[in-house]
Amino acid sequence: MNYQWNWGVFLQPSASGDDTYLGWMFAGFKMTIGLSLSAWVIALLLGALVGVLRTVPNKVLAGFATAYVEMFRNVPLLVQLFIWYFVLPELLPASIGDAYKQSNPVMQQFLASMICLGLFTSARVAEQVRAGIYSLPRGQKNAGLALGFTLPQTYRFVMLPMAFRLVVPPLTSEFLNIFKNSAVCSTIGLLELAAQGRQLVDYTAQPFESFIAVTLSYIIINVTVMTLMHKFERRIAVPGYIGGK
Amino acid sequence: MIKITNVSKHYGDFKVLTDCTTSVSKGEVIVVCGPSGSGKSTLIKCVNGLEPFQAGEIFVDGTSVGDPKTNLSKLRAKVGMVFQNFELFPHMSITQNLAIAQVKVLGRSQEEAMDKGLKLLDRVGLKAQAAKFPGQLSGGQQQRVAIARALAMDPICMLFDEPTSALDPEMVNEVLDVMTELAHEGMTMMCVTHEMGFAKRVADRVIFMDQGHIVEDDSKEEFFANPRSERAQQFLAKILHH
Amino acid sequence: MYEFDWSSIPGALPFLWEGMKVTLVITVQAVLIGIVWGTLLAMMRLSPIKALSWFAAGYVNLFRAVPLVMVLLWFFLIVPEFVGQLFNIPRGTDMRLSSAMAGFALFESAYYSEIIRAGIQSVPKGQISAASALGMTYAQAMRLVVLPQAFRNMVPLLLTQGIILFQDTSLVYVSALADFFGAAYKVGDRDGRLVEMLLFAGAVYFVICFSASLLVKRLQKKYSTA
Repeated sequence: MNYQWNWGVFLQPSASGDDTYLGWMFAGFKMTIGLSLSAWVIALLLGALVGVLRTVPNKVLAGFATAYVEMFRNVPLLVQLFIWYFVLPELLPASIGDAYKQSNPVMQQFLASMICLGLFTSARVAEQVRAGIYSLPRGQKNAGLALGFTLPQTYRFVMLPMAFRLVVPPLTSEFLNIFKNSAVCSTIGLLELAAQGRQLVDYTAQPFESFIAVTLSYIIINVTVMTLMHKFERRIAVPGYIGGK
Repeated sequence: MIKITNVSKHYGDFKVLTDCTTSVSKGEVIVVCGPSGSGKSTLIKCVNGLEPFQAGEIFVDGTSVGDPKTNLSKLRAKVGMVFQNFELFPHMSITQNLAIAQVKVLGRSQEEAMDKGLKLLDRVGLKAQAAKFPGQLSGGQQQRVAIARALAMDPICMLFDEPTSALDPEMVNEVLDVMTELAHEGMTMMCVTHEMGFAKRVADRVIFMDQGHIVEDDSKEEFFANPRSERAQQFLAKILHH
Repeated sequence: MYEFDWSSIPGALPFLWEGMKVTLVITVQAVLIGIVWGTLLAMMRLSPIKALSWFAAGYVNLFRAVPLVMVLLWFFLIVPEFVGQLFNIPRGTDMRLSSAMAGFALFESAYYSEIIRAGIQSVPKGQISAASALGMTYAQAMRLVVLPQAFRNMVPLLLTQGIILFQDTSLVYVSALADFFGAAYKVGDRDGRLVEMLLFAGAVYFVICFSASLLVKRLQKKYSTA
């Protein structure tokens, strides 16, 4: 097999003329990071809320939260993304839908991707939060109530701070997943890392270099996130409990 | 102070409590004992509304616990409770554990709460541990902190739910000593415990429960000298021969 | 307001069923290979032989660090080229299905191996000691005592991973291979009824995955009380 390696290709001016191929990759890298972080904010906020709702005594709220989780968990991410991107604008009232469709296409792709990834991940975060709350000793809730805390106060001062610490390790893996899942958004044309990788293959005719570089970028993201989360875990560890337990 | 009238509770078909009636007057110390599964822990948790019950009435300081209109949080703030597994809040230091409910429930200032907490900590002999976290203390120490935490709320009575059963034997006495001292100071106490020595020394009355019924409710002299029911006799025979 | 028109669905059902068969073939073979290769990887990972353990750890960590989409792109765009030259397969041969199958199987093995490793480690160490005390060899202890218990703990997770895998197969979209989702997209695009077809596809996935997850839950209850 005779393959001409050429790592110098990244420094050549790109087809668009105003940038190098390395610049393309970096743009994709920034898009992946920006998309994942903004989706993660949505996922954390909604996921914490829905996860807590799943544990409350109120049947209606808990039922709603369960339905929410099941819905996002049982439809493939790709299908959800296409529904956000292709279906939702059609179902909006004509005035809003048209305004949306005339907006900047990159903005449209980014919005659909962010909402999709955020909600998809929020359902998984909710499950982890629920599991964290359930894994607390039952007596903790009673102890909070017995001191005269209301139920919301008991959640806020007693259960959530501990559940939050228990949940950090599984949330780390959801955080890693959101970066990986963001690659799915290349399918609607969002120029994130994977999509840039594909473009590089087409334009440079150096498929190995292109894909190795993109794959390495994902590994770098993965390792960085793991290192940071590990530091964070140690910072919030509770004295006297192994590994923050 | 505490008045329990015909209280019954069931999970589906399973009866946990049947027609329980008793009362605790101000300054009285009551020990509740009985075999496991007799409903004694459930009964004491009904007193501050941690366990709901289906029939009967419980009044604490004139307030009905079962009434849906009752503000349970307010009532619980006045009733101290100590748990089998201590239930200190592991993510807070000892002082924070002592202060948080004073600040958030009673509305005391942080300094006032800290002050009060430290005084009580001193009383249970743990002033040196103030800055530590619950996970760094022994079981006996944790339980003493838990008692101090309850006392910090200036409770009108104290409920103890098997406070020594999760402890290693050598730590039982340090907790019982604190409880004894409290009893001598005139605190109204309802204690679920197997510690018959404590009952003999401190209790005014002993309640014996079996299968959800209050079988005996007597002065301690009467209870230990001649228990009337066969179940209580068997129970005493088993527990005292250890 | 948008006016729905579901009329293109009935006629498309045979084509969608062809797609569903592709989805199922990829899912089932990836589950089977994933469990077999995953078990081997888990045993290598736990083995005292350093080289094996490092290899397994490297394999698992690599695949778990990279997005599935990226792995599939490797297998669609690069690996066929390479394999084609190696085995003299004529250019233009459609290798998308076999590429997809290989990509999914190798990728999922990494995830299966972690489930299986956790399953083995969830059995208390005292069980091996107890088995050895009864005179069993290490292999006997594994086979007769540890693995049956580990397997019991693992079954629900293995099945749940299967459901996730079933959903993930939709990503073969990146190679334009007509699995169930690909077929639905093609029909919707052709008839100008993308909205209806996407909602229909979503509903089908939901019904299948939700029912399957309920079954897994029931099975889990049966196992845990047995």
